[in-house]
Amino acid sequence: MRDSHRLLAGKLVLFAAGMFGFGFLLVPLYDVFCQVTGIGSRTGLPTAATVTAENPVTDRIVTVEFVANRNQQAPWEFRPAVSSLEVMPGKLYDTTYFARNLTDRQLVGQAVPSVAPGQANKYFKKTECFCFESQEFAPAEGRDMGLTFMVDPGLPEHIDRVTLSYTFFVNQQVAAN
Amino acid sequence: MSATTTHDEHHDDHGPAKGIMRWITTTNHKDIGTLYLVFALAMLFVGGAMSLVIRAELFQPGLQFVNPDFFNQMTTMHALIMVFGMIMPAFVGFANWMVPMMIGAPDMALPRLNNWSFWILPFAGTLLLSTLFMDGGGPASGWTLYPPLVLQTGNALPFAIFSVHLLGVSSIMGSINIIVTIMNMRAPGMTLLKMPLFVWTWLITAYLLIAVMPVLAGGVTMLLTDGFFGTSFFQAAGGGDPVLFQHIFWFFGHPEVYIIILPAFGIISQVIPTFSRKPLFGHDSMVYATASIAFLSFIVWAHHMFTVGMPLAGQLFFMLSTMLIAIPTGVKVFNWTATMWRGSLSFETPMLFALAFLFLFTIGGFSGLMVAIAPADFQYHDSYFVVAHFHYVLVPGALFGAIAGAYYWLPKWTGHMYNETLGKVHFWLSAIFVNLTFFPQHFVGLAGMPRRIPDYATQFADFNAISSVGAFGFGFSQLLLVYVVIQCVRGGEKASAQVWDGAEGLEWTVPSPAPYHTFEEPPLVR
Repeated sequence: MRDSHRLLAGKLVLFAAGMFGFGFLLVPLYDVFCQVTGIGSRTGLPTAATVTAENPVTDRIVTVEFVANRNQQAPWEFRPAVSSLEVMPGKLYDTTYFARNLTDRQLVGQAVPSVAPGQANKYFKKTECFCFESQEFAPAEGRDMGLTFMVDPGLPEHIDRVTLSYTFFVNQQVAAN
Repeated sequence: MSATTTHDEHHDDHGPAKGIMRWITTTNHKDIGTLYLVFALAMLFVGGAMSLVIRAELFQPGLQFVNPDFFNQMTTMHALIMVFGMIMPAFVGFANWMVPMMIGAPDMALPRLNNWSFWILPFAGTLLLSTLFMDGGGPASGWTLYPPLVLQTGNALPFAIFSVHLLGVSSIMGSINIIVTIMNMRAPGMTLLKMPLFVWTWLITAYLLIAVMPVLAGGVTMLLTDGFFGTSFFQAAGGGDPVLFQHIFWFFGHPEVYIIILPAFGIISQVIPTFSRKPLFGHDSMVYATASIAFLSFIVWAHHMFTVGMPLAGQLFFMLSTMLIAIPTGVKVFNWTATMWRGSLSFETPMLFALAFLFLFTIGGFSGLMVAIAPADFQYHDSYFVVAHFHYVLVPGALFGAIAGAYYWLPKWTGHMYNETLGKVHFWLSAIFVNLTFFPQHFVGLAGMPRRIPDYATQFADFNAISSVGAFGFGFSQLLLVYVVIQCVRGGEKASAQVWDGAEGLEWTVPSPAPYHTFEEPPLVR
């Protein structure tokens, strides 16, 4: 094999290896992108928002819809207490989700929230949420889990309906991490 | 371009070995090109059979022949086989055969690597096909392998992922070989801008392949670790985001569509001038257009995922950058048309396929512009309109390009003219049935029929029946191609070295059939 072939082929192999690395570099890049734009959810599990004061906007009503999902036939009963609430931006509200362990084993669950439309995500503030930590259930135990939230008055004017959706996973992965 | 050949008869002492070992141990670019092309032709029928399962099921509403899970495996495997097993190997086969002959090189630069990159393919293909016989069946999530759905695949998941790895390794090795050959082994006087367009499009395609196949390999590796090693790249339960996979996949996937179409552009750019008896109009602008398309392909990927919830700025960026691609593509279409302008046209089979390519690929390009419009895309997304769009660019686009190339170079490969009458019959059957298959899919798609669905509302029944008739007609017409190729290999009218009176380029200066070794003394290109 001629040296010039070897040299060019070597450079191209390095280029290919570099692009393999770039594929993985896309993961942190995506995280940065999500943090900047406030969309996407690879920024880790949710944490509590701090709300210092309530300043209700009395002349605006936003409908908040609550959705519950299970993933891959997870053995839960899982549903919101109410399917929707009409709320004033800037005011704190309480609601609950109900979950029941349908197995005869102890289960740990983790709820992962998602807000639609994506633009509303950063204006939907949860001060207390069952999604902040994993939930342990005794065999066949069922209970209500609390959620306190506020819709920030900064929510863009054209959004009058926000959907909060939880997917309740059986927590094997989260425990492993 | 003119060339002098120095081809004398001193090669008879090291001709091909005999028997099966010739093909297993060969390092000859022509043998390996043939292997690639035969493999691709076989896979065309494997993938085609899968599409006929799909079309048979969709002939009528309701479930008739297969269960929905198997149907989904068919849509997934059809795409994976056709993309990675058929069209890409077919074009690598053309590159192996023609690139050294077009630049006046004796062989590929790295002949042993060449043997290896081909012989990985049958194993990768077998690995992929074997998943159909596993517990839980093959992958059924669509070729895009989106999580979390793909993670519900049964035992097949790691096998499908490893076969994607192997197919990627094969095409990266093939690309490295092609780039080194083109950069280092051109005949004296063959400057970069004198290279035929087919060589140019392959040079650019090879760079695209090296840039994006490793990214796909990385993405599917993350799927593998998510599925089996407890990582959470894409698992929402562990703080991951499935949308990230879509970004990684389409960062590979959009350049991939140009990897598939650029070599076809190259073939068409050889065929049209030959049968117009005029040099290609705007050769250099074709090169720059190809390079611009390749560059733009890296910054448009998210137009495949407008509906995931993207900021307005993102939608605008990806919409406008996608539409920019219409400019260099338009340059190409106009140049091909201008090449024919006042040319002395004749309509042999390769030219017929090239003309059908020009017309039908442009239809696919226009529907591409339609789906690029972000606000309208919400109606088209995941509908049969998208299926119609990409089949128009892939079947009468890439596949017709490959078939045109096969008819064009068959006399050079075999030393015999193919049966022109049968070739024309093959063309007309293909051209009619391909439109019958895919044109009605635009209508059902716009009316709301989703893709990858084994059953549908009865309002779509008529168009689906037409489409299925077309698909069976198209599929069986391709048997004629096999017949013509076999007939041409076995015998027929002797082909001259020149073959086509309008053909130009180094490959036409060697005898037909091309001797086992060509250009051992480099030709002089002036």
